[in-house]
Amino acid sequence: MKAMVYIGAHHCISPLGFSSQENFTHLVNEHSGSREVVNPRLLPHPFYAAQLNEQKREDAFSKLGEVNNYTALEQMMLLALQGIVDKSGVAIGPKTGLIISTTKGNIDVLASRSKFLKQRAYLPVLGKVIQSFFGFQHEAIVVSNACVSGILSMAVAKRFIQQGVYDNAFVVSGDLLSAFVLSGFASFQAMSDEPCQPFSAHRKGINLGEAAAAVFMTKNQQECVDPIVKIVGDGSCNDANHISGPSRTGEGLVRSIEQAFSEAKVEAKDIDYISAHGTATLYNDEMEAIAMDRMGLTTVPINSLKGYYGHTLGTAGMIEAIMGFEAMTHNQLIASKGFDTLGVSIPITIIKASKKVTVNRFLKTASGFGGCNTAVIFEKLEA
Amino acid sequence: MSVDLYISKFVHLKANTVFVNGKAVLTAADQLTFNEFAKQVYKQKALSYPKFFKMDGLSKLAFLGASFLFEEAVPPSNTAIILTNNASSLATDRKHQASIDTADNYFPSPAVFVYTLPNIAIGEISIKYGLQSENAFFIFDRFNTAVLSQYTAALLHQDKSEAVLCGWVEFDGASYEAFMYVVNTTGGRAHTENELEKLYKIID
Repeated sequence: MKAMVYIGAHHCISPLGFSSQENFTHLVNEHSGSREVVNPRLLPHPFYAAQLNEQKREDAFSKLGEVNNYTALEQMMLLALQGIVDKSGVAIGPKTGLIISTTKGNIDVLASRSKFLKQRAYLPVLGKVIQSFFGFQHEAIVVSNACVSGILSMAVAKRFIQQGVYDNAFVVSGDLLSAFVLSGFASFQAMSDEPCQPFSAHRKGINLGEAAAAVFMTKNQQECVDPIVKIVGDGSCNDANHISGPSRTGEGLVRSIEQAFSEAKVEAKDIDYISAHGTATLYNDEMEAIAMDRMGLTTVPINSLKGYYGHTLGTAGMIEAIMGFEAMTHNQLIASKGFDTLGVSIPITIIKASKKVTVNRFLKTASGFGGCNTAVIFEKLEA
Repeated sequence: MSVDLYISKFVHLKANTVFVNGKAVLTAADQLTFNEFAKQVYKQKALSYPKFFKMDGLSKLAFLGASFLFEEAVPPSNTAIILTNNASSLATDRKHQASIDTADNYFPSPAVFVYTLPNIAIGEISIKYGLQSENAFFIFDRFNTAVLSQYTAALLHQDKSEAVLCGWVEFDGASYEAFMYVVNTTGGRAHTENELEKLYKIID
């Protein structure tokens, strides 16, 4: 019998606020963190993105440490972790794990004008900064698996806990809005020059964003401080189809969801809400709609939070899951911002306005470059 | 309950030599660059897979390793892939960075950018062998026998996968090293941390 794993605390650092509650309040009010950004150091032309205010980040971080010694990403990730360390009050022990999710880490230090050593771009160096800041006994396990990293890192933590390796784990995710990533997505012509519109007929591509998030996961209910969430099933499956485009049949996503359903012993009718990946590219959103159809999930309320946060890469899966926990706590579904007319071939049930509905159990999915897909099912303690 | 796990086959690519189960099967001249070495291995194995030449160094390294592990038989479709390294995709990251570092020489390329994620190497192997399976890329500063063997055991014991392709695939521009192996429940060497450490160093 596998141990049940609980999420006992969570915290977010994003353009929409420096706590999970503050973030959720903005979502309820349909406030987006995306703005038009004019900054030639990031991209030669203006673009839409959800950017963290630098002054606000540094002011918050200055209470934890010396701002000049830590990169922007490290400050965000340490702030996110500090939030759950403070709340949970759990002593970091010999069976406490540290798991880090990031796609690009401190990639900005590669730029010629960075004041940090290039060495800082190595992800184990980021791991050591975070490990030593809080005094973790285990070195960090860094998960870098493209855009599924954030949600996959939570599945990884669950598996290590169920395997008996850890009793509990702190899982932190973070990625930056950087010239590196912006220029790359622009070269792919994957970026919209307007606020992104997931699943809509007029969608033109993604907005990028930056954020950090953290969760505390444990097999011990007594260690939980936030309203308790169970992680009841997970699956991850590669499309084996294309390195930069999703499968047209949604095969990998379908199999990921099937695996998660099977482990959680639930079916489509048991799911109250789907937090989709919904990047607002033509192919991704269409693929997701096809996968939802194949799984019998087209009548389940679904949204994408990319209209609020942009695509935050390695953070996306985690911050979106955390907003799902808040949705369960408040029994409140969030409008899929940017949606106007359905623009996928399958009629899925997009949430058009924020509303009060009982949410006991939800499905979180993500898909990414390399053909990866991950699905996780979360449930209220007493669903 | 807990099923016994075994290492069925292992391969090293290091110092312009390929070792299968600890024995050198292919050696190229020391002075060849990694790309030249990779091309030679590709030819000798008659891989006929043109996409190979679009791959970055990390993907080529992992792809070649898999081609030796799977040379006798196509693996079961739910063979998971877990790869690890220290440098992530930094060799390609530096290339992309160089293409955007100055305003008057700004030419980012999607063909380079797509390889600025380490798990693309996993995608390339999945596509070649039709592996619709679990995958994860972990970063450590060394071949980490403990974490890799624990996660492998979790996938196999928690019924996520039938077999696991594991590996340390480090590619950092001038230097490279791969040690890859298959873990399953059917037989071979015992899948223990000590055995992995021993096999990793067997060619030294």
